[in-house]
Amino acid sequence: MSARLRPIAAVAAIGVVALALAGCVPNPRATGASTALDVKVADDSCEVSASTAKSGTVTFRIANTGTDVNEFEILADDKLRIVGEKENITPGQTVSYVAQLNPGTYYTACKFQQVGQPVGLASFTVSGEEIESDASEKKQISAAVTNYVAYIKSQVGALVPATKAFTDAYRNGDDATARTLFASTRVAYERIEPTAEAFGDLDPKIDYREVDADAEGLDWTGFHRIEKDLWPPAAGDKNSDGTDALAGWAASTPAERAQFADGLVADVAQLSELVNAKDFTVGIADISNGAIGLLDEVATGKIEGEEDWWSHTDLTDFAANVEGAHVAYGIVRDIAKNKDADGAKLVKTIDARFDDLEAELAKYGSIDGGFTPYDEVTDSQRKELSDAVNALGKPLSQLTHTVLGVKKA
Amino acid sequence: MTSDESGRSLSRRGLIGLAGAGAAGLALGGAGGAVIAANVAGAAASNGVGTVHAFHGEHQAGISTPAQDRLHFAVFDVDSTASRDDLIQLLKDWTAAAARMTAGEEVGGGADGSPLAPPDDTGEALGLPASALTLTFGFGPALFETADGDDRFGLADRRPPELTALPRFRGDALVEQLTGGDLCIQACADDPQVAVHAIRNLSRIAFGTASLRWSQLGFGRTSSTSTSQATPRNLFGFKDGTANVKAEEQKALDEQVWVGAEQGPTWMVGGSYLVARKIRMVIESWDRTRLEEQERVIGRSKGEGAPLSGGTEFTEPDFHTTGATDAPLIDRDAHVRLAHPDLNDGIRLLRRGYNYVDGNDSLGRLDAGLFFLSYQSSPERFVTVQRSLANDALNEYLKHVGSAVFAIPRGIATGSWIGRELFR
Repeated sequence: MSARLRPIAAVAAIGVVALALAGCVPNPRATGASTALDVKVADDSCEVSASTAKSGTVTFRIANTGTDVNEFEILADDKLRIVGEKENITPGQTVSYVAQLNPGTYYTACKFQQVGQPVGLASFTVSGEEIESDASEKKQISAAVTNYVAYIKSQVGALVPATKAFTDAYRNGDDATARTLFASTRVAYERIEPTAEAFGDLDPKIDYREVDADAEGLDWTGFHRIEKDLWPPAAGDKNSDGTDALAGWAASTPAERAQFADGLVADVAQLSELVNAKDFTVGIADISNGAIGLLDEVATGKIEGEEDWWSHTDLTDFAANVEGAHVAYGIVRDIAKNKDADGAKLVKTIDARFDDLEAELAKYGSIDGGFTPYDEVTDSQRKELSDAVNALGKPLSQLTHTVLGVKKA
Repeated sequence: MTSDESGRSLSRRGLIGLAGAGAAGLALGGAGGAVIAANVAGAAASNGVGTVHAFHGEHQAGISTPAQDRLHFAVFDVDSTASRDDLIQLLKDWTAAAARMTAGEEVGGGADGSPLAPPDDTGEALGLPASALTLTFGFGPALFETADGDDRFGLADRRPPELTALPRFRGDALVEQLTGGDLCIQACADDPQVAVHAIRNLSRIAFGTASLRWSQLGFGRTSSTSTSQATPRNLFGFKDGTANVKAEEQKALDEQVWVGAEQGPTWMVGGSYLVARKIRMVIESWDRTRLEEQERVIGRSKGEGAPLSGGTEFTEPDFHTTGATDAPLIDRDAHVRLAHPDLNDGIRLLRRGYNYVDGNDSLGRLDAGLFFLSYQSSPERFVTVQRSLANDALNEYLKHVGSAVFAIPRGIATGSWIGRELFR
């Protein structure tokens, strides 16, 4: 489907990760002010002593007063992209984390036991002048990789408990609850889909549609298997390939439900294990190609409404793919921007096209509030969405070349 | 206008040199030989795979140019997010790419380049000669002002009064997805892959500014636009366009096809108006119709194409001579009579249509017909002819499913871009 990420074994950059200076490039020569703040971390709270700072060096003194390991994160204004994080803060420990922050809106949060949803999400405003960083491109790339890996881990970290809640409802026959959780559970997965696809057989188990599993002779499991139980077809309904939806299909028995629920939980747990492995990392090209790949997911699957054939929640997947692409792009954006005038122009175009696409999507709802069911979106509306995807796809296809700047002789 | 091009490679194969660029415009199209045919009236050349039609000139190529064998016609809508500057940039980008492709060259940096980015050219025309490719650009009424009165690009007061949506005609069964549009590109070539390559790459360039609204592939030209060409046949099996305006008829072109200086506006002088109609033929019923009836409906013989009043293909039809029953030999509702200039204030259209087959419909009938294209100095001239066809006996076998009208700006000067004068 999309460009596959290759998990790269033990790279040289691993030392950087171990230092947990994720995010901002430490750079004592950078311009700007110097601020020191305190962060009080408990199991259910995350309090920063101020919600504003001047641009420049910001030192966070983080004290974990809770009962288990925690982490502190600084998120970009999309609340998704990790700008910096400090992991493995044990109970009773106080550590310092130094960030170089440019003016803008950020969010601070903690993550109890380093999984699940952010705790104590609070906005954090940085004002003042743009700081001049003389960090080398090599350092920028290293920081980008660190940040993207952290982002993948944070998304899988959110996916694990969400999948449990969703499958519990399904397993227990609470279909109403399971139906409300279906789209939102998939969001974290759809944001990082190319990563999951890189792990060979995991994506087929987690996210294959019935017609694809059939075609490849695989046992059909995962989200879409459960989806068809939750939105069962009526007599005469067709599968996305036009075949009889009831042929070779029957509503799952309680035992089968338990089996599909356990399977999905286990597969997501395996994904979590893989991305949290010590040697897991990605290449810089994988990040920008991941952005392109996520948009291709939209252009080939979501736009035609074949992804969520029974629930019609395609627009949530669509939006999550776009968010994932935006985050991956955001992580390499400054590298592209700093290349040359063409790079700066490309970034400007991509920024505007993301805005256009997100505005187009917002006409139909939001990830948090839900979207218009896709079967109620007309063909001409779908074309407007498709046009916006194509408009973004064109400049985005130049991103990897610009970031890596490889010229063919 | 062509001598400056003689030093360039004229083919994606780069093997065709030019012997004597001074011969441009003469009908020297021959096997393997490249000919630059100037797209000025009266200088038509027969096509051949090596033929290169000059992109720049007084008129856009693809109108009086000898009709090529294949068509890919595309209509675009400008995106709601695009600005006037975006539109201008698109027209510049299209012009640059079109100049290269019509010369048999690759788009931009070609099908090669950075391994980390898609190449500028999609590549399927690599190794193919120019194949007489012409690219003709047009502006629909909605570009100037939408039906809701939205002046998106500050062009509302520049709309020529002639350029309005066509009125409804008897027999119209228009499908919205095949009707109207902001911009059009007519790609004609002797190789279908070359025509498709052109539209595909121009569509790709447009992403972010304009997107395809509808498009049509055509094969088998249904008109001759030069006396050097034999009259082709449409899918009814009859010769079509015998009395067409031909490139050699300078006077007729000036009177009937090109917009003159007195008509204006300036950006249209030397331009024309294009009417595109997708006309579905009820092939199966026609094929069950006896020969005598087919010939009566058309008003010509099927084999020779001679008018039923006698003579050969190019004999002028006689609409007065009657036969044994006192009825005219050419029936009162025969197509040839109702379409004839004598019944239409002397109006002749320059027709440039193509046959099409879009597979079949759900009832197992061929989805086929005529993709009608006509150029005239005003859309009103088409309207006059189409209205007189209201009682055409042929209508029983026709269904008009698509329709659009476009202003075709004057030709593009070297270094300029399509429609530049409109945006001044």
